[in-house]
Order: sequence, then C-alpha cells, then structure tokens
Amino acid sequence: MTYELETAIHPEKLRRVAIDPVSRVEGHGKVTILLDDKNQVHQVRLHIVEFRGFERFIQGRPYWEVPVMVQRLCGICPVSHHLAASKALDVMLGIKHLTPTAEKNRKLMHYGQMLQSHALHFFHLSSPDLLFGFDSEVAKRNIVGVAAAHPDIAKKGVLLRKYGQEVIRHTAGKRIHGTGAIPGGVNKSLSSAERATLLKDAYQMVSWAHDAVQIIKQLYTATPELYDVFGTFRSNYMSIVAPDGGLDFYHGALRARDADGKVIFDQIDYQGYNDLIEEEVRPWSYMKFPFLKQLGRENGWYKVGPLARVQNCDHIPTPLAEAERKEFVAYGKGQPIHATLAYHWARMIEMLFSAEMIKELLHDDDIEGSDLMTTGTRQPGVEAEGVGVIEAPRGTLFHHYRVGEDDLVTMANLIVSTTNNNQAMNTAVREVAKKYLNGKEITEGLLNHIEVAIRAYDPCLSCATHALGQMPLEIAIVDAEGTVIDEATRDHRGLTRPQ
Amino acid sequence: MAAAITTPKLKVATTSLAGCFGCHMSFLDIDERILQLVELVEFDRSPLTDIKHCGANGLCDLGIIEGGVCNAENVHVLREFRKNCKILVAMGACAVNGGLPAQRNHIDLRDILEEVYHTSPGLAQGSQIPNDPELPLPLNKVHPIHEVVKIDYFLPGCPPSGDAIWKFLTDLIAGRTPTLSHELMHYD
Ligand code: SF4
Repeated sequence: MTYELETAIHPEKLRRVAIDPVSRVEGHGKVTILLDDKNQVHQVRLHIVEFRGFERFIQGRPYWEVPVMVQRLCGICPVSHHLAASKALDVMLGIKHLTPTAEKNRKLMHYGQMLQSHALHFFHLSSPDLLFGFDSEVAKRNIVGVAAAHPDIAKKGVLLRKYGQEVIRHTAGKRIHGTGAIPGGVNKSLSSAERATLLKDAYQMVSWAHDAVQIIKQLYTATPELYDVFGTFRSNYMSIVAPDGGLDFYHGALRARDADGKVIFDQIDYQGYNDLIEEEVRPWSYMKFPFLKQLGRENGWYKVGPLARVQNCDHIPTPLAEAERKEFVAYGKGQPIHATLAYHWARMIEMLFSAEMIKELLHDDDIEGSDLMTTGTRQPGVEAEGVGVIEAPRGTLFHHYRVGEDDLVTMANLIVSTTNNNQAMNTAVREVAKKYLNGKEITEGLLNHIEVAIRAYDPCLSCATHALGQMPLEIAIVDAEGTVIDEATRDHRGLTRPQ
Repeated sequence: MAAAITTPKLKVATTSLAGCFGCHMSFLDIDERILQLVELVEFDRSPLTDIKHCGANGLCDLGIIEGGVCNAENVHVLREFRKNCKILVAMGACAVNGGLPAQRNHIDLRDILEEVYHTSPGLAQGSQIPNDPELPLPLNKVHPIHEVVKIDYFLPGCPPSGDAIWKFLTDLIAGRTPTLSHELMHYD
C-alpha cells in the first residue's frame, strides 16, 4: 500500500487538478491529483514546496544562540524547537539533571504550548469542517463562520489559546519566540504574582478543555460511518514515553508499536536515534520520508502525534485525561484506532492533559524557586555532541548538534514532527481520493475532503522543509527600474547556481 | 471607535511567504478582539480561510504579507497581492528585511544542497535532490518583499506583538495614520 497511487505510469495522458495552497494549515503545501478522462484517480501527492536550510546556516553560530534561532522555524510551536535545542545542548554540555525549578519551568512552558497549539488547531483551523461539513459553503468555513454560528465554542477556543500563550509569555518572556530556556537551565522562574495570575484561570481551562473533549467525542461517535473510515489506514506508530510508560511530552525514551499494537521497540535512549531511523528523499517533495531502519522503507514508516501518543502510552498521569484515554481506547475494542479523524479526539484528550499538568505545576512551589542553572563537564574531545527529543504538538521532534571546542556549531540535524508523518499524510490523502473522488466530477467540496485529511495531522509545513532542490526552469526578479536582483537557473548537474 | 465605521466591511487578505507563521500567530494574539475585528473587516485569501486567491471577489482594501521571498512561488503570490490589494503591509522582520531565513544568503545554494544530500546523517541510499516540476525554484537569496513590489507600511518585530498589530489595524480602519508607541515598537 505504501506506494499505491504515488506515481502514475503515464502522467502525460492525465488531467491535473491542484489544491494550491492547502489552507487552514501552517506552512506551504499543495496537493496534485492526476485523473483520467473517466475521473479515475491515478496519482495523488502532497508536495511540500518550500525549503529553509536551517541546519546549514546554524553551523558556525555559537551554540547558545541556537535555542533562540531555531524557534523561527515555526511560529505555531516555537517552544518545541526552543526546548528540543536546549535539551540537546544540555547533553552536549554534560548536564545530567536540571534543577527542579528549571525543569518545572521548562515543562510549564511546554504544556502551555501544547495547550495553545492544540486549541488553535481544533478551534481555529479544523472545527469549521467538523461543525459545518466538509463540503459546506467556502465563505463560512473558517473561524469567523464558527464565531457566528457557535459563539460559545469559538470564544472558549480563543480563550484557551490565549491562556496557553500567557503561560508561555510568563515563562519565556514573550508569547512567540521568547528566551526562557538556555543550555543548562532557564533564565527566569515564575514570580509569585505571575503564578497567582495564571492559577486564577487554571481551573476554568481544565473545565473548558474537558468540554472540548466532549464536543469531539460526540461528533465522532454520532457519525461513526464517516469518522471511522475517512482516510483510515493501518501503520506503525511511535512516540516517547516516560520510564513507567506514561504519557509525557517533555522527556522520555522511544517506543514504537506495529499496526496491531505490538511493541517493536521500547525505552530506547534517543541519543541513538540514528541507529533507528533513516530518511528517504523523493524527487517531488522537499520534505523527507523517515522510516524505522529495522523494518525498511516500505514497511517501516509510522505515525506520530496525538493519535500515536495516546495509544502508545500505558496511562496518562492526570485523572480527567486518563478517564478520557480509557474511554478512547475502549472505543477501539482491543485494536489500535487508525482512523485519521481520531487524531482530533486524541488531540483534545492531550489538551485536557496539558491543562491539568499546568494546574499541577502551578501548585508546585519549585516553580517559584531561584536555583535556575546547572553546570556539567563537557564531553572530552574536539567535538561535543547532543540529541534532544521532545513530543511537540504534532509529534516526536529530534534535534541533533555537534559543537566544536570554539563553541561554534559544526553540525545540525533536525527531524521535525511533521516530517515523521509525511508518508502517513500521503497515504491518508490517497485513501480519501480513492474512496471519495474516484469517478466523480471534482468539486471544491470534494477537494476539501483531501484537505480535511491533511488537517487532521495538524501539519506544520514550514518547519518540515529542510531539504532543497530546484526544477528545470529559470526565474528572475526584476525591480522597478528593470534591474535583475535575483535569478536562478540550473547547471548541467541540475544544481542551482548564481549567474 | 467601532461605532463610527459603517458597512461595507474592509476586505483583508493575508499570506505567509518565507516566514514561520509566527506573525500570523501574533495576529491571533489579539485574542478575543478578533471577535470585534470581524465586525469591521472580512477576510479574503488567508491561511485562515479557504479562499485560495485574492481578487476573485473584487479588490482587497488591505493585504498583509508575512515572510520574505525565497522561491519563485513567493514572487508570484506577492505580485498577486500587489495587483489585488490597495494597501500592502510588510508584517514582521522576515517581510521587512528577510529575517532569519535570509541567514542562508551568505552560503552558496549549491553548498547547502550538497550538504543536505551528501553529508547529512541518516539519509537512505539513493536519496537524490528533489527536482519535480511541481516544486517551485528556490532563489539564490532570500529577499525582503519591498525589493519585489511596492510596500505601503512596514511593521517591525519578530513577530510584531498582537497589541502592535491591533493598534496598526484599528488606526488604519479608522482612517488615521498608523503610529506605534515606544512599547509597541520593537525589533525582537
Ligand atoms: S518575522 Fe519572526 S515571527 Fe514573523 S515570520 Fe519571520 S521569523 Fe516568524
């Protein structure tokens, strides 16, 4: 199934339909569909069309700049990159344990971000499809439409996101692209005034997050004939889990399961991620395709993110979210749930878990402590190295750095969450195309079905693009005076170069 | 102020070019004021709506651009916005001066390519440079958007705060020249 509908045998004989840009997702993606004259689908691809080259230009920078630089990969989950980089650099510096105050403030920042990102995704981006229908009127299919039809839902969504952003602001100094974490610890802890402000609304947020789980659960269970089958496919899944197997977004070790839920590997230290995962490049996307080495590229791809995490862990360490997890798992009747739309349900359980964790952390006096930094003994040798992994809103995020004796970064490798879901998203859109588009006159509403499947993964397409390449075309940018200010062509090796 | 504005609503389009989406997130950091805002404006093409091109429903009053220009597609989208928007705003450091993505400008594009495909750890055998015609051609350098089209306003910050964006929009909607106070004007 991995390669079904990926490549048509005679693309030149087919009609091309494009969704460009994919909307209500973060970043830059498009979908192309090739159809024959009977509207049978022969090829469907989700292309990631932008590259950044972050890994390359981080090299040569002092390592302490990295946590602040890399968050500019993604403005929706900057905290994930900020923390994954800080964790990698903790390791590089030989730091084994942060102070309790540092660790708890970082966690608080992270759970704040999980809350805001999940709220944004569900309410602002995806709820219009789920509340109004996949082929509802385009003009209404957005958060403004939701605010008009369901003001109460929209308002809770806006305020949940706001609260998460405020947690980030108090721990990182700014709502977007703050500076709270530094290699070895944090640069501030919560003041008592900040703690009191956040505590005031914490219970309300838990209760609204609980309501959100009920909304998606009702939508899901009311129409199982849609939710159970839409873009459903079997696959492996992976995440980090705590030492006791519990759900933890900040730290843990790697666990993967196969499509039947059987453990493939467990409690693997992510410093060795290179032995587990390899990445494949396909010519039609700037986003790579990772897979588990031991299973190979055809069978080794996997899902990450809420649906993977909620089913990969053994329990959730907060009471309300744990009760919801049990109910979710029971819905699968002993089998893992592979429905694409079940991502939404799992995501809201995670949002509830995040709200409960924020409340717990705010009740912990360590959060106001003043012992912020730890030092370690840097690894001997010319280059020191560290890997940092975190569960970002969209899934497992890997940061890997090497740093020279002069403190400058010599190597950076990132596998971002959405990249881990690349094959899964492509498979999901192909399943939807097969089931809903085949043989039909293509309408806007049908095309939105494809986007609904992509949105379920909450892809972050701008941080997923590190590779780069070019197509056989030339382009020139000319300013108002007619002077060429940039252009690109390819040389005989297919490489872009300046004129 | 809101009461002074009568219909029709201003039409606003937004897009993200070579940006991280943080400026759009900061836009949403106006929080519940978004509910006030939609009384005054309607959204045209934007990552938050499913309208894929601006201008299909008539000229937009305001176009807000996040991100600089890093590939051929960014250039096309930016020109579409200029053609279809009366006022064009560069929102955030990337749009204003290229921002962090422009740090690749001092490195040869080919070097980045070779690095990513030959020395990056963990690449599967046979991996090759993506070259499909569906992928837009990257430019040699990342450019600020005013190098490509005329820009009417520049909002600094990485990102500009939600409050700065709110002040800017409400000034503009009310017909005042937008001004930012000292606290709202920052570059980080
Ligand atoms: S200016 Fe900053 S926040 Fe805005 S797109 Fe650029 S990096 Fe992101």
